[in-house]
Amino acid sequence: MTDTAGPGSGRAVGLRTSAIVLTVRQVQDYHAMTLVAPAVAERFRPGQFVALAVGGEHTGRLVRRCLAVYEVKPDYGGTVEVVFDHRGSRDPGTGWLAGRRARDMVDVVGPLGRPFRLPRDPVNCLLVGGGPGAAALFALADTLRRRECRVHFLLGGRSAPAVFGARSARRIGDSATVVTEDGSLGDTGTVRDVLPRVIEESAADVVYACGPTGLLRSVSAVATEYGLPSQVSVEEFLQQTGACGVGLCMTCVLPIIGDDGVTRMARACTDGLVMRGDRVRWGDLGTIPLDALGAPRALGGGL
Amino acid sequence: MTDLTTRLGTLELANPVLTAAGCGGTGRELARFFDLARLGAFTTTSVMLRPRAGRPTPRVAETPSGVLTAMGLPGPGVDSFLETDLPWLAEQQVPVIVSVAGHSLEEYAEVARRAQESPAVAAVEVNLAAPNVEDRGRMFGRLPGPAADVVRAVRAVTRRDAPVLAKLAPDVSDLVTIALACVDAGADGLSLINTMAGLAIDPHTLRPTLAGVSGGLSGPAIRPVALRCVYEVHAALPGTPIVGIGGVATGLDALEFVLAGASAVAVGTTLFHDPTAGPRIARELEEALSARRIGRLADAVGLAHRLPPQGHVGHVPPQISPPPGADERRTEESKEKLP
Repeated sequence: MTDTAGPGSGRAVGLRTSAIVLTVRQVQDYHAMTLVAPAVAERFRPGQFVALAVGGEHTGRLVRRCLAVYEVKPDYGGTVEVVFDHRGSRDPGTGWLAGRRARDMVDVVGPLGRPFRLPRDPVNCLLVGGGPGAAALFALADTLRRRECRVHFLLGGRSAPAVFGARSARRIGDSATVVTEDGSLGDTGTVRDVLPRVIEESAADVVYACGPTGLLRSVSAVATEYGLPSQVSVEEFLQQTGACGVGLCMTCVLPIIGDDGVTRMARACTDGLVMRGDRVRWGDLGTIPLDALGAPRALGGGL
Repeated sequence: MTDLTTRLGTLELANPVLTAAGCGGTGRELARFFDLARLGAFTTTSVMLRPRAGRPTPRVAETPSGVLTAMGLPGPGVDSFLETDLPWLAEQQVPVIVSVAGHSLEEYAEVARRAQESPAVAAVEVNLAAPNVEDRGRMFGRLPGPAADVVRAVRAVTRRDAPVLAKLAPDVSDLVTIALACVDAGADGLSLINTMAGLAIDPHTLRPTLAGVSGGLSGPAIRPVALRCVYEVHAALPGTPIVGIGGVATGLDALEFVLAGASAVAVGTTLFHDPTAGPRIARELEEALSARRIGRLADAVGLAHRLPPQGHVGHVPPQISPPPGADERRTEESKEKLP
């Protein structure tokens, strides 16, 4: 354990830990890594993520890889499983993670970020996942079911091996709809195509989503059309833009509309990972909207 | 016990490990990992007059042993900083160094004047890498004249007991001349170094990786550059305290900076990788000094300038004895180094 917070300091002791790798296995197009990390497992709430250092003790790769947690289990004092797309990401750091073997050590910070908000009442929940991002929905499904919510899944991907968790979704969900672009599993098409039908059939009261940013944008828009709240995990955006995962580096910012109607550049890692879908200005990701607080002005405030 | 206390002008610090501007967030993010009072000082993100959203994303690219960032000086502006961030920092029992930036002399002076009114502000660091709107957006610290003008403006409005530190970037034609100009203009110390300009291109998209095209390189990749800057400036200005900044990741890295002439070090990019690094580096530095039988940090400042080259015949290197009661523990490392 490398955490320096002392006992009684009121700090989250063990927020940074050295975790032992239990297994790394290939799951369809993705890799799933299970770490023994009791301090993370104990505090985890669905929707939170871990920030993993890559490259070992003397690494030259300083950016932490932020991965939403798929599952925590009580085995070995507490394990944490993450799912990531090593081949699709083309990232050597993620490749290093994929190359770990049992008993290797990985430096973990977590659990981090705001979790999914849970409904007070037993309502109908639609969980929408795309690609490896779907992994983040299964811990949520367990929690919702314990609260006697009905859990409906809608999972999508390019082809059958890109749809994570279809079998689990069918097993634990009150319903499960799968859609692939090539028709190799479930319906042919995209999540966007079937989303209105699934919302209606499931009589959804709330929509949760994790997956590619384009999918989150569609889910937020459709949910809003139906007058439903949406809770979306911007994991992919954080992976593409973030460096530290703990709110220090200020690189993972996206435009969010606040309660006061003002757009601010918020951090995906600390203001997310889960955000209200209707508050994210999806069309303005990767920009500073001109009406955002502190946006460059036409004259004077430049650069 | 090794004496880690150090001085930056009139400011005495309990230990020489600080956070670097723009890398410690508001302080609250780091406080989840350790008590900020264990730092020598906390340096804020550069405060500007008005809120600034900064650059679009992507703002960061991972490069060998470093990161390239184009942030665009994002921040809440001085009003919000004084209302929310500074009062919280003031409760943490850690000296606060406020980094100030502006687009004009007036803006630098205004931010510094308002910040220094708070007794919680122990020192002011002048970020001279901000773009000067009156010089086609080129940074103030690029030339001795504009750098000195900013330092003079900030020194004039800052209370005497708060040192003013000038933070300089390395990719200039003559760093020592700029450092001399800043000290002449009233700088009580120097922070060396800021990031240096770099570029990354994504071979898949065939375009610059950062939205801001070029960015500032930081991390261990620039440590030798930073060390050279500290060494040269200390040689020219041995009486001016220097905060060494650039890829400090371990206690031995910190020791290198101290030996080159730094009275303190600031940890920046390393915090992104290891948010617990501040207290760890302080502990490792203490162990490294102790292993070398150096009882006081102050005795090691600039020591590399005073020792003869290794293997030099006919000269006895200065002996530094530990103070009475110093820890006599000898680690594996000390056995190697000391006969």
